Amino acid sequence: MKVRAIVNGEPRELPAGATVADVVSALPDAPGGRGLAVAVDGEVVPRGTWSAAPVPDGARVEIVVAVQGG
Amino acid sequence: MTAAVPPLVIAGREFRSRLILGTGGFANHEVLASALAASGAELVTVALRRLDPAARGSILDVLEAAGVDVLPNTAGCYTARDAVITAQLAREAFDTDWIKLEVIGDDRTLLPDAVELVSAAEELVDDGFVVLPYTTDDPILARRLEDVGCAAVMPLGSPIGSGMGIRNPYNISIMVERSGVPVVLDAGVGTASDAALAIELGCDAVLCASAISRAHDPAAMARAIALAVESGALARAAGRIPRRRYAEASTPEEGLPVFEHPEP
Repeated sequence: MKVRAIVNGEPRELPAGATVADVVSALPDAPGGRGLAVAVDGEVVPRGTWSAAPVPDGARVEIVVAVQGG
Repeated sequence: MTAAVPPLVIAGREFRSRLILGTGGFANHEVLASALAASGAELVTVALRRLDPAARGSILDVLEAAGVDVLPNTAGCYTARDAVITAQLAREAFDTDWIKLEVIGDDRTLLPDAVELVSAAEELVDDGFVVLPYTTDDPILARRLEDVGCAAVMPLGSPIGSGMGIRNPYNISIMVERSGVPVVLDAGVGTASDAALAIELGCDAVLCASAISRAHDPAAMARAIALAVESGALARAAGRIPRRRYAEASTPEEGLPVFEHPEP
């Protein structure tokens, strides 16, 4: 049973029980979480809880990093 | 030099430089690094956007190498709710509770939405953030932002990226006179003289992005604006003469010789 999620606007299929930590570590050139933050369904998921935070089916996951601005 | 300029203090943190650098608009990280070095800025803004797998190198590497503090912003947010979530993401990403709060009303003027701005500021202050709101040049709105606990107020001189300078210096002066927190001029600077004027009007600091990043020579403009800020602070401390409508001779009239002219 796969979990369907929208990660940064793109539909993704994740293994059942996938956590936020799994999603982050699967990123190309995985930045190891430095300067990176994650929100699931509009709520910030603190770094320390990534590996204990399952991605619910239908979740919208936003993964953000620092860019030039302001 | 007799008139020493005290350091800028925001929320108990001291900065020697009164220039805060915005990083938007630089052609690449190398240009940013050279402008950053030339600016002497110690506090530098960044924005948050979706991770781009194709992006090369992080702006954080540039800022870390320069040893400056990161001031994340909420640029692009139109609602208090989005701004609050963005600030919380920034706190996670950068391990800082400082936030440059931007809540804009539309994408053509990029002017702040006052109602959403105050609402977001209040919520973020309650959540323990050090809130530096980008605001209009309205002294009453500035007071409301101060009342909800903002650590500074950051009025625009003119719209973001417009380079139109300070359109209402009288309002900025009123804000300076009445503010109990630092006033940082946050948008509109086009060139060095605009930055000098902001500080001469009594602003505590200037935040500058486009004027530097989009200048023909960003590093040279960074240096020019840094000097203008320093110059403005010295002039402010020195105390300018009052403006008057008629001349006041600087040469004494006493002792003026009297010449006899023979009748023609």
